[in-house]
Amino acid sequence: MATREVLIFGRFERFWHWGQMVLIVLLMFTGFGLHGFHNLLDFRVAVTLHTFSAFALLILWLFSVFWLFTTETWRHFLPTGRGLWRVLRFYSYGIFKGERHPYRKAYWRKHNPLQALAYLMLKIVLFPLIWITGIAYLLYFLWRGFPFSSEILEWIALIHTGAAFAILVFALIHIYMLTTGHSFWEHVRPMVTGFDKVELTPEEEAYLEKDQPAMIR
Amino acid sequence: MRRLTTTLLLGLCLGLVSGGLAAAEHAPAPPPPAEPLPPQVSGPLTGGTADHTKFEVLQQPFADGPAVTEACLSCHTEAGQHFMKNIHWTWEYVNRDTGQLLGKRHLINNFCTNARGNEGMCAQCHAGYGWKDESFDFTDETNIDCLVCHDNTGTYYKTPNSGGHPACAVMFEDLPPLDLTYVARNVGLPRRANCGKCHFNGGGGDNVKHGDLSTALIDPPRELDVHMDKDGLNFACTACHLTKRHLWAGSRYDVIAKDTEGTGKPGERRDVATCESCHGLSPHPVNSVANFKLNDHIASIACQTCHIPEFARGGVATMVEWDWRTAGKTRDGEGYHEHGYIQGNGEDRYVYKSIKGNFTYGEDLVPEYAWFDGQMRYTTIHTRFDLDAQPIEINSFTGSRHDLDSRIWPFKRMRTWMPVDEGNGTLVYAHLWGEDEAAYWGGYDMGVAIEKGMKDFGLDYSGDYGYAETISWWPITHMVAPKEQALACRDCHAADGRLDGLGDIYLPGRDHSRWLDNVGLLAVLATLITILGHALIRRFTNRGDSHDGHA
Repeated sequence: MATREVLIFGRFERFWHWGQMVLIVLLMFTGFGLHGFHNLLDFRVAVTLHTFSAFALLILWLFSVFWLFTTETWRHFLPTGRGLWRVLRFYSYGIFKGERHPYRKAYWRKHNPLQALAYLMLKIVLFPLIWITGIAYLLYFLWRGFPFSSEILEWIALIHTGAAFAILVFALIHIYMLTTGHSFWEHVRPMVTGFDKVELTPEEEAYLEKDQPAMIR
Repeated sequence: MRRLTTTLLLGLCLGLVSGGLAAAEHAPAPPPPAEPLPPQVSGPLTGGTADHTKFEVLQQPFADGPAVTEACLSCHTEAGQHFMKNIHWTWEYVNRDTGQLLGKRHLINNFCTNARGNEGMCAQCHAGYGWKDESFDFTDETNIDCLVCHDNTGTYYKTPNSGGHPACAVMFEDLPPLDLTYVARNVGLPRRANCGKCHFNGGGGDNVKHGDLSTALIDPPRELDVHMDKDGLNFACTACHLTKRHLWAGSRYDVIAKDTEGTGKPGERRDVATCESCHGLSPHPVNSVANFKLNDHIASIACQTCHIPEFARGGVATMVEWDWRTAGKTRDGEGYHEHGYIQGNGEDRYVYKSIKGNFTYGEDLVPEYAWFDGQMRYTTIHTRFDLDAQPIEINSFTGSRHDLDSRIWPFKRMRTWMPVDEGNGTLVYAHLWGEDEAAYWGGYDMGVAIEKGMKDFGLDYSGDYGYAETISWWPITHMVAPKEQALACRDCHAADGRLDGLGDIYLPGRDHSRWLDNVGLLAVLATLITILGHALIRRFTNRGDSHDGHA
C-alpha cells in the first residue's frame, strides 16, 4: 500500500462545487434579505440577484446531473451502511481521543459513508425541496388565478424557507468539518487542486501510472 | 390648445349646418335612405374648422344663462338631449348591481351631509340654472348650464340659486359683473379649471372631499401629476374621462377596480378611464426581472397603489376629520370662524366654522390600502344601522384576493361626527340652507333643522337626534406621481410596511411563520453551539493529530 496524490475531483467537479458554493451563498444572503432578516440590499436588487442566481444554479445542476450519470460518478453518492457507524462514532467520540479517522479514501470511492449519505440527502431531499418550491414561486404568475393559490403560495414559501434553514445548517457543519484535520487548507486543497492523498494498492498504482498518468503524481 | 378645442366644437357645428345647406340647394333632394346608415368608426377629431367668436348667434347681449344655452343649442341641436342623460344633470345614479339609488340628489356624505333640500346652495354645482327646490324642471333644455364646463375665459362663476339666510348671503357679495357674451364667444373643450370648479372644491372647499383633487391641479408641475403636468403632457380631465354624447367614462359610482382588457384593438378607443386603457396590461417595460415581476403585480395591485405614494400633495390640504358636534357656537348671536391650519402653499384654512364645526386637515397623506372589487355600498337615508356599531360606514366596500375582480387600492378615509336620528338609527336630511329660521346656517338649531329636513321629504324622524362617528372611503386615483417617485418594493415588502395587516396574501418580506423562523433559527443556533462544543472538546482532549477525515 502506497499513499499517492491522486486526482479525485476533476475540473468540472471543482467548478461545480465552487460555482454552487458562490451561488448558494448569494441565494442565502439575498433570500434571507427578502425574507426580512436583514435590509442590506435593496429589495429590487435582491430579487434580481436571487432570481438570476437561482437560474444559474439550476443550469449548473442540469449539467452536474448529466455529468454524474454520463461519467458514472453518481456511484460515489450511493449510500452504504458499511462503516457508517464507525464514522459517526469517530466524530462523536474518537476524534476527542485523537483516534485516526476510520475511513480510507479510495479514488473510486471518495466520500466516507457519512459524507455520501449527507450529500445524497442534500441532492435528493433538500435541493429538490428548494428548487421545486422556488420554481413554483417564480411561476406564480401562471397559476395565481387558481383557487387557493394564495394559500398554496404560503405553503410553498414555508417549505422554501424551511429548506433554506436546513441547507444553512448543512453548510455550517460542512465548513466545520473542514477544520477537523491537520489544517483547514488540507481539507480545502483537494477541491482546489483536485488532488488528494489516497492509499493505493500496488495494482491500482500500476494501473493509474500506466493508463491514467495525469491522475497521479 | 384653447384655440384648437374651440375650433373643434365649431367644426362639429359647421359640419352639421353645411350638411343641411347642401341638401337644400340640390333640388330635387334625393329620397332619404329608408333606414339610417349604420355608424362607422372615425378617428379622433382633428383640425379646427370653426371659430365661436365669429358666430352670428353669439354677437348679442345675453340676459341670462338660459339665453346663452338657447344660442348653443341652435347649432348643437342634440347636445341638450345628450346632456340631460348624464349625472351632472340628473344628480342621480342607479347602481346596476346593488340596485341602490345614488347620486347627489339622494345621498348623504360625511362632509356637508345632504344636498337634498339644500339645493339653493349645493346646486351651484349642478350643471344647470336655478335648481333651488323640488320644482326644478329637469326636462327643460335651456336650464342646462353649458358655460360652467365650456367657459375658456376663466371669468364665469355661479352663485347660489336661492338667497339663503342673511348670515350666509354676505359670502357672495361684491363679485365682478359677468359678461355672458364674452364668455359665450370664448367657449371650448373643458379645461382642468372648469371641471375643478366643482370637483376640486367638493365638500365645501379646496380638496376638502377627495384628497386627490385640488386646485393645485389647475396648473400642476410634473411632480404633482405626471399626466396633467402643465409643461408636459398637460392632460385635461377628459383625456382620461373620455366623453361621448356628454357621457363620461370613470365614476366613483362605477369603478373598474381591475381592467383586464387593456388598450383594446390597435387604435381602438375604449370609453373607460382606467390606466390600462392607455398603458396596457404589461405597463412596465419587460427589460428586467424586477419589471417582469412588477407586471405580474398588476393582477393584485391597482396602478394607483404604487404610483400615488401620497395624496393631498401640491400644497393643498384635504380634510380628514370633521366634527359637527361643535357646530353652532356663536359670538354675540353671530356665527364665526377660526383660522388655524397653514397649508403647504401658505394659505390659512378654517379649523372652525359655526355653521359646520371643527375640521382637521392633512397633507401628503399615506393612503389606507384594501382589497376593492369596485363595488361601493352606501348608507342612504333609508338604511337603518346599529348605533352601537360605530363608526358607521357611509360607504363600504368589499373585495378579496379570491374574487379575481379585486385589487389592492389606496383610499382616503374620512372620519366625521355627524348628526343622526338616534331613535331610528338612520342618517338625516338636515335643512341647512334657506331663508327661514329653521335653516341651520343662520338659525344654528340642529334639532329644528333636522325636523324640517326630514319632514320636507316625508321621512320618518324619531325627533331624537345625536351625533355618530362615521367613516367614508374615497378611492385615490389622481395625483399620479412621476415613475421615479413610485413606491419601492420595501414600502410594502417589510414588516411594518404600507400593507401591514392587509389580508388574503402571502407577502414576502412582510409575512413570516413565526414558528418556522423560530425553529429554523434555533436549529442554526443549536448547530453553532454543537460546533463550538465539539471544537472546544477537541481542543482540550485531542493531543494526537492523526485525523484524516473529510469535509
